[in-house]
Amino acid sequence: MVFFPLLGIPFLFMVPRGKEHLTRWVAVAAAAVPMVAAIYLYQHFDPNWGVKNGNSGLQFIEHAVWVRSFNIEFYMGVDGVSVMMVILTALVCLIAVGASWSVPLERSIRGYFTMFLLLETGMMGVFCALDFFLFYVFWEVMLLPMYFLIGIWGGPRKEYAAIKFFLYTLAGSVLMLLALIALYYNSAPTYLVDGTPASHTFDILKMAYANSYANVPPILGMNFARLVWVGLFIGFAIKVPMFPFHTWLPDAHVEAPTAISVILAGVLLKMGTYGMMRINFPILPEATTWASVGVAVFGVINILYGALCAMAQKDLKKLVAYSSVSHMGYCLLGMAAFTGTGMSGAMLQMFNHGTITSMLFMLVGVIYDRAHTRGVDEFGGVAQVMPVYAAFFGLAFMASLGLPGLSGFISEALVFLGAFPVFKVMTILAATGVIITAGYHLWAIQRIQLGPFNPRWESALKGHDMDRREWATLLPLAAIVLVLGFYPTPVLDTIKTGMGDLVNLLAHGQGAASIAGLP
Amino acid sequence: MTGLSNVASLYWFSPESVLTAGILVILVWDLVVRGVSRRTAGLLTLLTLAAMLVATFVTHDPRPRGLFGGLIARDPFSDFFKILFAVTTAIVGIMALRAKDAIDYDDGDREAGEFFALALSVTLGMNLMAASTDLLLAYLSLEFVSIMSYIMSGFTRRSRRSAEASLKYVIYGGVASGVMLYGMSILYGLAGTTDLVKIRLAAQHANPVAVFAAVSFCMAGFGYKIASVPFHMWCPDVYEGAPTPVTAFLSVGPKAAGFALLIRFFAGAMPAEIQTESLMGGAPWALMLACMSAVTMTLGNLAAIPQQNLKRMLAYSSIAHAGYLLMGFATGTAEGRGAVMFYLIAYLLMNLGAFLVVLAIAEAGLGESIDDYKGLGYRSPYHAAVLAIFLISLTGVPPMVGFVGKFYLFAALINKGGSMFIALAVLGVLNSAVSLYYYARVLKAMYLDQPARSEPVLVARQHTLLLAPLAGFTIAFGLYWSPVYNWVVGSLAMWLPQAQAATAQLLR
Repeated sequence: MVFFPLLGIPFLFMVPRGKEHLTRWVAVAAAAVPMVAAIYLYQHFDPNWGVKNGNSGLQFIEHAVWVRSFNIEFYMGVDGVSVMMVILTALVCLIAVGASWSVPLERSIRGYFTMFLLLETGMMGVFCALDFFLFYVFWEVMLLPMYFLIGIWGGPRKEYAAIKFFLYTLAGSVLMLLALIALYYNSAPTYLVDGTPASHTFDILKMAYANSYANVPPILGMNFARLVWVGLFIGFAIKVPMFPFHTWLPDAHVEAPTAISVILAGVLLKMGTYGMMRINFPILPEATTWASVGVAVFGVINILYGALCAMAQKDLKKLVAYSSVSHMGYCLLGMAAFTGTGMSGAMLQMFNHGTITSMLFMLVGVIYDRAHTRGVDEFGGVAQVMPVYAAFFGLAFMASLGLPGLSGFISEALVFLGAFPVFKVMTILAATGVIITAGYHLWAIQRIQLGPFNPRWESALKGHDMDRREWATLLPLAAIVLVLGFYPTPVLDTIKTGMGDLVNLLAHGQGAASIAGLP
Repeated sequence: MTGLSNVASLYWFSPESVLTAGILVILVWDLVVRGVSRRTAGLLTLLTLAAMLVATFVTHDPRPRGLFGGLIARDPFSDFFKILFAVTTAIVGIMALRAKDAIDYDDGDREAGEFFALALSVTLGMNLMAASTDLLLAYLSLEFVSIMSYIMSGFTRRSRRSAEASLKYVIYGGVASGVMLYGMSILYGLAGTTDLVKIRLAAQHANPVAVFAAVSFCMAGFGYKIASVPFHMWCPDVYEGAPTPVTAFLSVGPKAAGFALLIRFFAGAMPAEIQTESLMGGAPWALMLACMSAVTMTLGNLAAIPQQNLKRMLAYSSIAHAGYLLMGFATGTAEGRGAVMFYLIAYLLMNLGAFLVVLAIAEAGLGESIDDYKGLGYRSPYHAAVLAIFLISLTGVPPMVGFVGKFYLFAALINKGGSMFIALAVLGVLNSAVSLYYYARVLKAMYLDQPARSEPVLVARQHTLLLAPLAGFTIAFGLYWSPVYNWVVGSLAMWLPQAQAATAQLLR
């Protein structure tokens, strides 16, 4: 499943010259296969399978020895958390291929889709990998396609944005590399999957359940677990992006082509929070407890700061980008609470934000393709000429600001419910963020959709409401947003066992929550 | 120390004998036919190297031996480097077949015989460097390599840059080897012998300050060969001025040989506590090496950022890579040495590859400055793609072999532990992030900038063909490197603790 997109690449190059439009359909097919696989995965996923059932709560496991001399294994599998992320990735990628129609054919479209599919493989791999080394490889594999996608097919300041993104994330991930090596060397002896003994392990689950890093001697005069935790956390926080590491995001989002902004916001940001849930929390629970207040504080800063920045933006895409910063703050806050509700809320927020923000970026793309500008103040009264567009626009913005009945509300409410018992003041502060959020969303709707129609766009917009392709890409997302707004149970059910295990682990420390069925 | 007698040694010395014979054949042929064609000379060179490899494999034996009364060691470690050098020379030989700045082929190939004979001579010298267990031979082989390299870097007689490069190289080299010789003479004075193992025994009882001073002086010579700060000043000028195949050769071959000698010197000559421990009981070797490494990689990376000439940029990047390698070496553990050796393989593939692309593009009529690479991704997609692979690998991003090499280096540091090594590792990874910036400048020029002209770039066929395996292995070893690492570990086996006692017995 992870490597399906790669299989599509040779086909891209088989498309004859002069028929480049076919490459798009090849890409659609290559992205559709993982989508089908993801649905299959969801259908056959047993939501009640937890740590106590064995296999450390994982399902659909692929396990083999990769590099024996360093005890590196090829180990993949999913639990409730990753299954939702895999579905999100498959969905967003498929939609993003649809949004890639606006990439001009003559700008080496083959290269574009090659990079695109490579990126999808990297993202899928990150969400499925259970060997830390493998995780890291996939994590890094993504950087390069992203650099080229922004750098070649991006907007006017693409070069600056691309290198900034690349440098930021690489700087974060090399710290993660050191932390990864340190964890490896302090892990207990174990056995590889084929039964050969190994002195150390990269297996994330064994690191989590069969090792305790609380008593490792200090390094650099600091507590080992905490130092490693911080190293990992910075790596993930840059991806989230958490204040003060967020400055790459507005540049990258604004300059990237629409489809890539969709992927960046829809999936890439979630890798940061997913990484924290998958790596930081279970492997170093003591350090996580130590740092929880800090995470929550940064979460609140993200919410407020992102919202205030968004309010000040003149560029619609930048506004959406800062709203992502703000919304990821909810995830951080929910995670930091360690309550089942808060964690589930954070997870649901990851999924919902993935769908909502994808819609937002697509909608920005729709109007940009027509008007070739994104200035919030330059429009007005668009609803009069593009009613369908305005309807989708309104739906997405309302979902993003957390209107009850749409999916964004549920997850934000869960986050607040979960966080309130733990961090009272901060939750109240964060809740004021909702007001600011509502403020800038409504203001943006007002400036763009309502008021007198700006005659400057007479020819560009009038009679050019959304076409069928845009319908097809936005409709599934809108449907998900609506359905999850009323009935979030499918997602919550899927993640509940995995989340329950994680909360257990954090509450009782390592050892207590283990170890049913570990080899 | 006795080792094997001269006659008994000959069998084990056969790879070097074959190499010497090859050099003589090329020289004599060149004299007889008055200027051998570059094809013939190149073919003879490849044949010689192949014969040397065959001899190496036939006489390979996992047990170490001392040859010629203990002057030279024949062990898996020296075999490892023999193979490394042979591959390097072979690749450089193929590069030079079509490189106007090395052998001016419009001029009737007059220098071809000399060029290839010199390249093989350097290989011979490097083989001896990696194998020498005696101070005298270490010095002689190092000088042998140096002198041949001076001639090679000045090979384009009509180019002023090339002559300047050669002269700079000679002057720095002369000073460095003079200082090293002084250090060696102090060691001889302390120990009364030039045999590394005996020096090791004697140094345990000698005045530690004297030992430290002597070895620091010796480091001047080694540091010069591997181009580490503060002995790096020759490097950018020589790399920029020398013919590109020679630059590629110098950036990989002698650097690897320098590390081989360094490993042998420290593992063989220095008392155990000197290898690892701190002040006065031994001497602060680890600290000294760590400082050298930190300064080397930082300076190399920072200086590479503003470079406009790609060759010069790669020169600074090779200084930075010497810093990474020193980082692994500074740990003094077998794991660290293994990481250094693995990294050398990775470095061979990616650095030779990068220089080969530079050469191929220069031969096709474009320049060597980064601006000349604008839009190469559209004018010559294949060459741009492989250069991208090499540069990404040099940065250390998976799934390339450069990442695996760096991973082992950092793993060695973290496993060694201690504040100093962990701080060094942090500095090392941050340096990797810095290096991304200047490598990405080339990527940007190739893909993000529009070409000034759009016609495709015509590149010599042998260069194009040779790039495929280099790029292929760069990726393949990045995905599955077990065999390579096992080979490295096998070559190091004699320095693993349990083997060490046995080795000492055998060498005696």
